[in-house]
Amino acid sequence: MKAVYERPRTLRDTPMHYCPGCGHSIIHKLLSQSIDELGIRERTIVVAPVGCSVLIYNYLDCDGSEAAHGRAQAVATGLKRARPECVVVSYQGDGDLAAIGTAETIHAANRGEKFSVIFVNNAIYGMTGGQMAPTTLAGQPTKTTPFGRDPKEIGPPLRMCELLSGLEAPAYIERVSVHDVKNVLRTKKAIKKALKNQIEGAGYSFVEVLSMCPTNWGMTTRQASSWIEENMIPYYPLGVYKDRGKERNAK
Amino acid sequence: MGEKVLMRGNEALCESAIIAGCRFYFGYPITPQNEVPAYMARRLPEVNGCFLQAESELSAINMVWGASVAGKRVMTSSSSPGISLMQEGISYLAGAELPAVIVNIMRGGPGLGSIGPSQSDYFQATRGGGHGDYRTIVLAPQSVQEIADIMIDAFDLADIYRNPVVVLGDGVIGQMTEPLVLPKPSTRTLPRNDWVLDGASGRDARVVMSLRLSPPGALETHNLHLKEKFCEMERNEVRYEEYELSDAQLVIVAFGTAARVARTCMQKARGLGMKVGLLRPVTLWPFCADALGALAEQRRVKAFLTVEMNLGQMLEDVRLAVLGRKDIFFYGRTGGSVPDEDELFGKITEVFS
Repeated sequence: MKAVYERPRTLRDTPMHYCPGCGHSIIHKLLSQSIDELGIRERTIVVAPVGCSVLIYNYLDCDGSEAAHGRAQAVATGLKRARPECVVVSYQGDGDLAAIGTAETIHAANRGEKFSVIFVNNAIYGMTGGQMAPTTLAGQPTKTTPFGRDPKEIGPPLRMCELLSGLEAPAYIERVSVHDVKNVLRTKKAIKKALKNQIEGAGYSFVEVLSMCPTNWGMTTRQASSWIEENMIPYYPLGVYKDRGKERNAK
Repeated sequence: MGEKVLMRGNEALCESAIIAGCRFYFGYPITPQNEVPAYMARRLPEVNGCFLQAESELSAINMVWGASVAGKRVMTSSSSPGISLMQEGISYLAGAELPAVIVNIMRGGPGLGSIGPSQSDYFQATRGGGHGDYRTIVLAPQSVQEIADIMIDAFDLADIYRNPVVVLGDGVIGQMTEPLVLPKPSTRTLPRNDWVLDGASGRDARVVMSLRLSPPGALETHNLHLKEKFCEMERNEVRYEEYELSDAQLVIVAFGTAARVARTCMQKARGLGMKVGLLRPVTLWPFCADALGALAEQRRVKAFLTVEMNLGQMLEDVRLAVLGRKDIFFYGRTGGSVPDEDELFGKITEVFS
C-alpha cells in the first residue's frame, strides 16, 4: 500500500514541548518536509534562537547550534562563511529577531548573507510568559501592556518584511501564515523556496510566518486562528515583498 | 632562527594568528587596536580567509561562535569597552565549550575612559568576565615578540581545552614597534574535532548549546565538568618568568608593560645594592600562586611589591597567594598612564628603608 502521509525524515519522532495550538510544531514540520524534499538533511545546520523554539534542535534530525538571544544571524553569518557548502537556517521568534536582535537582522540582510531566515511572528513573548513583543498589535493586552499596547507611548508594531524590503541586498522576502490549511501550504512553498535560494547561492532569504500563541493570547486554538485572520493579517499583509529571482526573470 | 622583522604589536599578532592557521576574523573598530582589523582586512583574503567588519562587538563575538562551531580557527580583537560588550558571547562560548581567541588591547576605563594604555581589565579577564561559573585562560605579553609567540599558544590552548582564550595586551604592546622573529606554526597534537557542525553526513546529528534544562541537575553536572577543565588548566598552563629571584629580598610582581618598567627599576636598584627580583606572570589566569607562595615561605624574602597599570587588581591575587606571610606593597598608575620609573624607584627605596 502506498503511504500518502509520513512523518518527514528530518522531524524526530519525539514529543514536543509546545503548547496545544502553537504554530511552531507546524512550522518545524514544514521546514523538515522542505529539507527532505531538497535532500539537504545531511548538510543543513539550524541556528536556534532564545525563545520558545530554542529546543528546535531536539526536534530536527540535523546539526544544530544555539545562539544567544538576538544573535542568531550573527552566528549564522560566521557559520555560513566558514561552511559555505552547508545550508544554514536561522529560526527566530519576534522578540529575538525584531527586538534584541534588530541590528543583527538588518545588517545580515544588508550584507546579503547567503543563509535563510524563518521568522516566527506571534506578536508576543511566549517563553517568558506573554510579554509585549515588538510585533504586538496596537491595543493588544500582554503581561507588560496590561491595558493594551499604546502606540503613542511605545510606538506601533514593527513590520519586518516592509522594513527589510527597503534594502537592496536581500534576495527574497515573503510573509505567510499558518492559521489555516491553505496558508500552511503557502508557508511550505515559501520555506522551500528560501532553502532553494540558498542552495543556488541567491542570497539572503527571509520568510516571516504569522503564527498562533493561544496560551499567551488567552484564547482557544480556534479563536487564535481567527485572531490571525481578523487582526494580524490586516496589519501584516501576506505576500511577496521582494523576489530578486523573479525580478531577474522579468528583465 | 628566522629572519628579524620590524613590526607593530597589533600587526605582529595578526601575522602570528595567520601562521597559527586562523582564517576567520570578525571585529569592530576601536582604538588602540585598529591596526588589527586593518591588517586582517588586507591579509586574510591573500590566504583565502574571511575578514568581516561586524555591526558591533556583540555581533562580532557571535560571528566568532559561528565560525568556531564550524570547526575553524577564529579570532576577534577589541579594546576594553568593546570587550565589555563581548562578555555575553564569551560566557556562551565557555558554556558551549567552543574555542576562540579574543585579543584585548586594553585602554583606560571605566566607561569610554581614554585611549591610553591600561591594565584595568585584569579583574574582568581573570574572573571569566561574563555571567556564570567559568574561567578563560588569560595570556599577558610584554613585548611584540611575546605577543606573536603567545598567539600560537593561544590558538592551541583554545583547541585543547575547548574554551575561549584571552590575550591581554595593553595599548603600549599594541602600538609599539619592535624587532621580532615571527614564530613557527605549532607542532602540538590537538584533540579530535568530534563536536564540529558540518552537516550530519553519515553520522548522528550534533548540537552545540549552552542551555542545560534537563534532566534535573544537568547544569550542575556540566559546571563540574567545566571545573575539571579549569583545574587541568591550573595544573598544566601556569606560565611566568623570574628575574633575579635567587637572592631577592623584595619581589616585584608585574605583568605586561608594567613588568618592563619594573625590570628597569629592578636593575637600577640592584646597581645600588638592593636585592630586588621580579616575578612576571605570563598567564594571569591560571595564576602563579604556587610560585608566589613558595617565595613567601622563604626567610630572605621580606616583602612583595605589586606594580600595575590600574588601582590594584592583580594585587588581590598576590594577597591570596602570599596569605599574610609577608608585607605586600603596591604601586600603580591608572587612567591610561604608564608607571613612572622615578616614582617606582622611589617606592622601591621606600620599601627597603
